[in-house]
Amino acid sequence: MSKRTVIPFGPQHPVLPEPVHLDLVIEDEKVVEAVPSIGFVHRGLEKLVEKREFPEMVYVIERICGICSFGHGWGYCRSVEGNMSIEIPDRAQFLRTIWHELSRIHSHLMWLGLLADAFGFESLFMHCWRVRETILDIFEETTGGRVIFSVCKVGGVRRDIDGEELKRIVDILAKLKDEIKKLADVFFDDYSVRNRLCGVGYLSKEDAKELCAVGPMARASGIRQDMRLDGHGAYPYLDFEPVLEEGGDSYARCKVRIREVFQSIELIAKAVKRIPVGEISAPVKGNPSGEFIARMEQPRGEAYYYSKGSGSKFLARMRVRTPTNMNIPAMVKTLQGCDLADVPMLILTIDPCISCTER
Amino acid sequence: MSYVTKSPWIIHYDGSSCNGCDIEVLACLTPMYDVERFGVINTGNPKHADIFLVTGSVNAQNISVVKQIYEQMPRPKVVVAVGICAASAGIFKECYNIIGGVDKAIPVDVYVPGCAARPEAIIDGVVKGLSVLEEKRKSLKEELAAETVKAGMDFKAEGEEREGA
Repeated sequence: MSKRTVIPFGPQHPVLPEPVHLDLVIEDEKVVEAVPSIGFVHRGLEKLVEKREFPEMVYVIERICGICSFGHGWGYCRSVEGNMSIEIPDRAQFLRTIWHELSRIHSHLMWLGLLADAFGFESLFMHCWRVRETILDIFEETTGGRVIFSVCKVGGVRRDIDGEELKRIVDILAKLKDEIKKLADVFFDDYSVRNRLCGVGYLSKEDAKELCAVGPMARASGIRQDMRLDGHGAYPYLDFEPVLEEGGDSYARCKVRIREVFQSIELIAKAVKRIPVGEISAPVKGNPSGEFIARMEQPRGEAYYYSKGSGSKFLARMRVRTPTNMNIPAMVKTLQGCDLADVPMLILTIDPCISCTER
Repeated sequence: MSYVTKSPWIIHYDGSSCNGCDIEVLACLTPMYDVERFGVINTGNPKHADIFLVTGSVNAQNISVVKQIYEQMPRPKVVVAVGICAASAGIFKECYNIIGGVDKAIPVDVYVPGCAARPEAIIDGVVKGLSVLEEKRKSLKEELAAETVKAGMDFKAEGEEREGA
């Protein structure tokens, strides 16, 4: 048996912009074990509910993560609205859905770029991010912000998008679709990309179930799990079927995300067709006093928001459980037995969001 | 500044930011803003870097990491604090695990405001950092020259002592 060595990976390293630390136990070039340790970006923002009134808390919750920021805001609002039994106008539900799906497109494009960078395909990285800027422009036009837009509030949304603008968004996305298709062809067919992705980091359906993988990680192993199916927002009106792949390897995870980008474009087109006219927010009276759990499908998977009211303006407790947190055991599993050179890429395939995980 | 005389290499560390500023830092490097055309490269190695971009505030866990990266960078070096969290801890100021802005750990030369800081603002901050870098380079050069003269004098004095003895 050859000698075992421990290689520290992170927290500052070129693969991810975020700090995560891994102790990799190596035997020759093979990883035997990976021990993750986190806590570099812990802020303790759940505790801020004691100092911020519940409508203000949306701003803090949105800053859990700058990538899926809208989804976090929506999840929190849903949990507080459920707590206070507020009925949200349909138009607000549709607008939230549109912004959430746009966030999904931007998040997945960003991930595709980072993945390309991780396996050394720099021009593909640049192209993915170039295409992503179009989505950020839409955000800027409709909300005023590029990454954090604070457009979701308890009771509805702050801004409306008028009919013409909505049509324009659909047109832009239709054009964008062709560009993304070109990128998708490279990810699907390029010899060197397939060489790095196919069969690497295999996660079986049983393992995915056992380790409670969520989101694209679970769907790439053939588990039909998508929180959008639970009937919140405008999703009940936009009949869709979650994207499933059976492969379980990095290639399947990449495929799931690319297909989800196209699915989101379709969902937005459908939502724009069916959006009703009317109010965009409902009045909020009183203070939350009960308990409520809301579950959201973030780009990275299922996120869970719990809120407990105290009858005053301040919540008694707020809890967020994020998708990366759930996917770390599955990531460690895929790392066991892989080549050292594949480590950065395998860490990326769960689409880690460390600032979500640690909050 | 009409032209840039030096292409700075950048190292980026995420303190405890929400990712918003981090993806904007990366967006600076990609085709829309494309600072790589000026030779600005995002390096992973602190010993290759001229400018240290920090996003997010410092906490008990990462303060040593931030200090370590700063100490490993060769002089002259410039620190740019990107985003309101790096400047003053911003919205997270009252969180129990936050010590404060990056200036609690290391000296900061340029503050870039914003939540999240926009790519234009980040680029502007780096350009401002360049002039600071130039000043620091000049003073470092003088300092080094003075040291060399002093070392020479010391050597001469030692020699005279040896000869005297």
